Amino acid sequence: MKGNGAGIVSYGTYVPRYRISPDEIGRVWGVDGVAMGKNLNIHSKSVPSPDEDTITISTEALRVAIARGNIDPREIGALYVGSESHPYAVKPTATIVAQAVGATPNLTAADFEFACKAGTAAIQVCMGLVSSGMIKYGVAIGSDTSQGAPGDALEYSASAGGGAFVIGKDHIIAKINATQSYTTDTPDFWRREGQRYPSHGGRFTGEPAYFRHVTECGKGIMKAEGTTPADYQHVVFHQPNGKFPLRAGKMLGFNDDQMRYGMVTPWIGNTYSGAALIGLANVLDHAKPSERILVVGYGSGAGSDAFDVTVTDEISHYDHSIGTPVQKDLEEGISINYSIYAKFRGKIRLSGE
Amino acid sequence: MSVARFWRETLRRYNLGASKCPECQTVFFPPRSVCPQCTVHRKSMTKMEPCQLSGKGEIFSYTTVYEAADGFEMQVPYVLALVKMAEGPVLTGQVVDVDPKEVHEGMPVKATFRKLREDGDSGVIHYGYKFAIVRSPTASK
Repeated sequence: MKGNGAGIVSYGTYVPRYRISPDEIGRVWGVDGVAMGKNLNIHSKSVPSPDEDTITISTEALRVAIARGNIDPREIGALYVGSESHPYAVKPTATIVAQAVGATPNLTAADFEFACKAGTAAIQVCMGLVSSGMIKYGVAIGSDTSQGAPGDALEYSASAGGGAFVIGKDHIIAKINATQSYTTDTPDFWRREGQRYPSHGGRFTGEPAYFRHVTECGKGIMKAEGTTPADYQHVVFHQPNGKFPLRAGKMLGFNDDQMRYGMVTPWIGNTYSGAALIGLANVLDHAKPSERILVVGYGSGAGSDAFDVTVTDEISHYDHSIGTPVQKDLEEGISINYSIYAKFRGKIRLSGE
Repeated sequence: MSVARFWRETLRRYNLGASKCPECQTVFFPPRSVCPQCTVHRKSMTKMEPCQLSGKGEIFSYTTVYEAADGFEMQVPYVLALVKMAEGPVLTGQVVDVDPKEVHEGMPVKATFRKLREDGDSGVIHYGYKFAIVRSPTASK
């Protein structure tokens, strides 16, 4: 699917300040956390404060995007929030975010859900609305405050964060040349209605799920665009841990240098719907005009969305000084122990609850 | 707090919606329909201009809360501050993600969007402004 002139006008990210290490989690569960962290290639993961959720993270990320792009929020015609941790089962995250940034009432808004790729699916919808001329700006947000059951392997990676992208046709800092998806019914990871924590298929989440969809989708878009890995300066994958994307990159023929900026999970953990978008944001924080980026998201259930992106000259005038650069979130944070983590994540029940 | 009452306050809680007197230029938060500063109040009637605070300010005074209000038990100890906004009004708000020992008067802060409280497990979730300390932005390029 061609981009038909759609591209990224602005972007913003938000990552909570608190961090916990695999070593500290392992200490509580009698597991060698250092080895677990090494195995997953995760040094630390972000932890949201008790007063942070998908709505607050989405709002903060979008406020940065609006300020950086000097965008009039009343010109946003569509706003979609992709997440698997929407605070309400019924009542949209998107309406609260839209109200909080001053985009209401003349816009369409909805919540998306497709495991970790709901944010990239939202970008595709915005591309259609923008390139058809139906709206001027569309906002796609991928944001999560994901949880793993205590002691489960997921607990070492599941974190919180989000990215917001404003899609438009004018003054774009990056042109989306094309997008392509690869979708099948693959039950690798799920959460049933009313369940507190997700379930997963263990090793089944690897070859038939993540690797099949990411590599097939990546190959598909490169074939359609007539490109090879050598045509891209940067590549970003969905990153449930720090190991899977490196292996997927090698399988497709990318080298470490191309993956350098797109890798964020080793320092902030798996932000689920935010992961690929925060990786792309870090690339755009560093990218130069004419550089080409391949993005391949992944959502369990399962599907991949790929984007072929070219950075434009507009990025030279883009105001990176507003908000927090992703690199700063990778380097900084407030370390907490498991007790504080358990308190923040609602794993401790108070009297009367 | 009833759903309707909080909903009516959304503009100022979400967006720091304020009002400005066209006569003396004083900014009010929460917004006022008449300026109490001008000697002839009638001058400002129906003329007060809606505006939005920038969210930038500095800590005027603060305290550390150890005995939490209902719904804030998980955040103890937390800092509650009077924040002098750049436009003039002084707001009361929680200062988040900071060690209370780090906080001092004159500390620059910015408004941040946070969950204020929940009406139990099945009620409405209330959102609004709190404050975060301003950290020096280190550009990565």
